Amino acid sequence: MKNISKSVFLVVSLILVAAMVAACGGSSTPGAPVSDPSGGNSTVTVSGSTTVQPLAEKLAEAFMTENTGVRIDVQGGGSSVGVKAAGEGTSDIGMASREIKESELIEFPNLKIIVIARDGIAIVSHPDVNVGDLTIEQVRDIFSGKITNWKDLGGEDQNIIIVSREEGSGTRGAFEEMVMGEDALIAATAILQPSNGSVRTTVSTTPYAIGYMSFGYLDETVKPISIDGVAPTEPNAADGSYPIVRPLNMLTNGEPAGMVKAFLDFILSEAGQKLVVEDGYIPVK
Amino acid sequence: MSARMIADKTVKVILFASAIVSILIVLAIGFFIFRESIQAWSEIGVGDILFKTVWRPGQDQYGILAMIVGSVSVTLGAILLGVPLALGCAIFLAEIAPAGVQAVVRPAVQLLAGIPSVVYGLFGMVILVPLVRKLNVPGNSGYGLLAASIVLAVMILPTIASVAEDAIRAVPENYRHGSLALGATKWQTITKVVLPAGKSGIIAGVILGVGRALGETMAMIMVIGNSVIMPQPLSDNPLTFFLSQARTLTGNIAVEINYATGVHESALFATGVVLFGLIMIVNASARWIIRGQKFIEKAN
Repeated sequence: MKNISKSVFLVVSLILVAAMVAACGGSSTPGAPVSDPSGGNSTVTVSGSTTVQPLAEKLAEAFMTENTGVRIDVQGGGSSVGVKAAGEGTSDIGMASREIKESELIEFPNLKIIVIARDGIAIVSHPDVNVGDLTIEQVRDIFSGKITNWKDLGGEDQNIIIVSREEGSGTRGAFEEMVMGEDALIAATAILQPSNGSVRTTVSTTPYAIGYMSFGYLDETVKPISIDGVAPTEPNAADGSYPIVRPLNMLTNGEPAGMVKAFLDFILSEAGQKLVVEDGYIPVK
Repeated sequence: MSARMIADKTVKVILFASAIVSILIVLAIGFFIFRESIQAWSEIGVGDILFKTVWRPGQDQYGILAMIVGSVSVTLGAILLGVPLALGCAIFLAEIAPAGVQAVVRPAVQLLAGIPSVVYGLFGMVILVPLVRKLNVPGNSGYGLLAASIVLAVMILPTIASVAEDAIRAVPENYRHGSLALGATKWQTITKVVLPAGKSGIIAGVILGVGRALGETMAMIMVIGNSVIMPQPLSDNPLTFFLSQARTLTGNIAVEINYATGVHESALFATGVVLFGLIMIVNASARWIIRGQKFIEKAN
C-alpha cells in the first residue's frame, strides 16, 4: 500500500512538472511582428469591442455574400482584448471602441489603426426623470458623486442612482476620457452592469437612475438627456455639435494585406459605410 | 494468468486511472490559477490585495477586501434566510410527511437545484429587485445584498435540505421510540432528541450550502449591483446594511476578465486564489464534521 501511494505521488508530480514546462514553453512571444496576418488564408478572424461587434458581424455578412469562399469570424471580448489580439497576432483584426492608449502603442508599436465609424455616447435617464438638459460639468459631477440629488439639477427631491459600465469596457473608457477627464473618477457606489443592453434594462426599470450608452442602443425605454441643449442624435454628432463622440477602430498588426485588406477596404467603401449608417453610427467617409 | 484475472486487473487499472485523473485536474487548476496570480501578489503585495478596499484597475489599485466582505455578507444573508426554510423542509420530509406527500415535495425541492443560475438571476432582476426597491430608504436602488441573499437562499435550499434530511433519517429509530415512550410529544421528540442527534450532519449540510453560495456567480452579477464598495447601512437602521450594493469575488472575476490584461488580469486570478482558499476551508470543515458524525453512528 505504501509503495503504491509513493509511486502515485511520483507520477502526479512528474505530470505536473511536465505540464508546467509545457505551459511555460508554449506561451507565444507578445509583440512579434506578423507581416501578413491573413497569409493568403481565406479565414479572417476579428475580435474585440462588444460595441463594434454587431456592426462588424453585419459588415462581415455583406462581405461574405459578395466574396464566397471567404470566412470572417467575429468574436467579442472587449476593446482591451481587441488591442491585445491584434497586437499579439491571435486575431487578424482587433476591434476597439475607444482611442488606443499610449501604453498599448508602446507595447504594440506596429498597430495600424483604421477608424471605420464614429459613435456618440448618450446620457440617458429613467423616463420619469424631469431633467432633460445638463452640461458636461453637471454630468461629471453626477457620475463622480458630487451631485447626489435630482433637486440640485431642478428635478424632484430624489437620490440619483448612477449606472455605469465595468472597468475595461470601451464605452466606459470613452466616457471617462471625454466626460470625466483626468481627475474625476466614477463614484464607487455606481451600479455596474457588464453590457450596453443591461445598462439600458437597469436604467429603464430603476426610477431616478442615470446611465450612459452607445447611440446604437437608444430606444424608447430610456430618456436621452441633451448636453448644453444639444440632443444626442446622429446629425448632431455628425456636424460636431454633440460633444461626446468616440471613434470605432479596427486594428491590424502592420499594414493589412490580402483578405484582411480587402475586408477593411470594403468597410470603408460606399456599401460598407451605408451599413454603418443603417446601424445608427456616423460614417467616416 | 487466466483471462478472468487479466480482465479483473485491467478494470482495476482503469478505475484507478480515473481516480488519479480527477486529483490531477484539481491540482492542475489550483496550480495554474496560482501561477497566473503570482505577478499580482509580487507586484501589488499580499497585504494590499487582501486588506485594501479600493479596486480601481485604471488607477492601479487592486484591493479586494470589499469583495471578500461582499461575498461573506451575501452568504450570511442567504444562510439566515435559507437555513430555517431548508431545515423546516428537511424535518417535514423526514419526520412528518406521509409517503405520498414526500413523493411530490422531494422532487419539487430537488428541481430547484436543476434551474440554471441565469434564470434565478433573471427572476431576481425582474421580480425581486423592483420589490426590494419599494422599501422607502434613501439610496435604495433595489440592487444589493437583500435581493441577492433571497435569490441565493432559494438556490442553496435543495443542497441543505437533502443533506439535512439524510442526517435526520440516520438518527436511529430507537431514539424516537425511547423519547415517545417517556411521554414526549412528537414535536418535543424532534426538537429535543432527533435534531440534536443529527446535529453534525445538519451542520455539514449548511456548510455545503455555504460553499455553494460563495461560488455562485451569474445570478449574483444580475442582482447585486456590482459596485466595489464596503457594504454599509444606508440609514441609522443597521438592517439597511442589506440594501447596500456590493460585489462578490466571483462577480469580480466574471465581470472584468474579458477586458483584463497584465497586472489587472493577474489580480483577477489572485481573486480566484482567495475564493479557492475560502471554498477549500469551507469544504474541509464540512468533511471534518461529516466524519465526526460517522464516528458517532459507529459508536452506537
